[in-house]
Amino acid sequence: MHQTFDAALGINLLHANQAGADHNRAHFDQWGITCLNLMSSPGAGKTALLEKTLAALNQEIKIAVIEGDMTTELDADRLRQYNVPVIAINTGRSCHLDSKMVAGGMHRLAHDYDPTEFDLVLVENVGNLVCPAEFEVGEHAKVALLSVTEGEDKPLKYPVMFQEADCLLITKTDLAPYVDVDLEQIVANVRQMNPDCVIIPVSAKTGEGLATWFAWLRSYLEQTKAVDRPLSTVH
Amino acid sequence: MHETDMTKALILTVKDWWETQPDRPQISQVYLTVGQFTCVEPVSLQFAFEVQTRNTFLAGAELVIQETPLIAFCHQCQQDYRPEIGIQYACPDCRSPMEDIRSGRELKIERIAYATEEASISQ
Repeated sequence: MHQTFDAALGINLLHANQAGADHNRAHFDQWGITCLNLMSSPGAGKTALLEKTLAALNQEIKIAVIEGDMTTELDADRLRQYNVPVIAINTGRSCHLDSKMVAGGMHRLAHDYDPTEFDLVLVENVGNLVCPAEFEVGEHAKVALLSVTEGEDKPLKYPVMFQEADCLLITKTDLAPYVDVDLEQIVANVRQMNPDCVIIPVSAKTGEGLATWFAWLRSYLEQTKAVDRPLSTVH
Repeated sequence: MHETDMTKALILTVKDWWETQPDRPQISQVYLTVGQFTCVEPVSLQFAFEVQTRNTFLAGAELVIQETPLIAFCHQCQQDYRPEIGIQYACPDCRSPMEDIRSGRELKIERIAYATEEASISQ
């Protein structure tokens, strides 16, 4: 005879992904690495920002990049010119990186290099303002990018991304005069749901604001290093 | 379509539970709570679930989704309010930012209903 039972789970739908993200973070902590997850819509300038960042800080901070791209290695190839390890992850049809994909990249980094040599792992997520906000990959902080050409309303339309961000870079500010955009309105819209996020307007083309972004990166690295990292056993 | 990936994540989580069950029961319903302030669209989730569970341990299982509204608490006004998604998130009375979300971020598997083969009781 059949009997019906009920099991109360009360667990997050993304539990499996979350557990993987915690695992990745434990590895990063063990190696003394700070991990940042860079997210934006396609074409907001994540790769251009990374290029400027690697060019400016490569001597000072030991950086590796985990690069998510749906089908190509075009972005990874752009970044390899800066002589940093760039691990490309083709996500196939998936529109975001998940913790399992990043675990693959992370283990490859640890296999090919001594991971304790690195200070910073920059994860470039797939261009998308929706799902990456829900899928943690093991990062210590989330950095969102929004280009001025996307319009002031995007934080209102894709609120989860902007609510989750620890740092927001408003990119392509050199184009602002041509696209009739109100930077103050972007900031006000973000502030409606995220009063604490650090907001930095930048232009990879003119260099505007990059010094402020680098200063934020340095201070964030100092901050995470100062925190006592758990010496958890990870496998 | 990102609900496909969400569904994949959901199936993985349910599978983790199912594999810990000694008798691998037949699951009849999966009950979810999905908040309105998440990146998940319930209709798409239903569709993806139906397609992706075919010929798996979840074949024939029904996905029951309970939606929860976005409710925030304004510390300034000491009251709950309902932000208008896509339009206005700050408190309508004092314009304080939405800081304390009380409901709407849920993405939870509440419970699983399943049937199990029971040996008939001998007289």
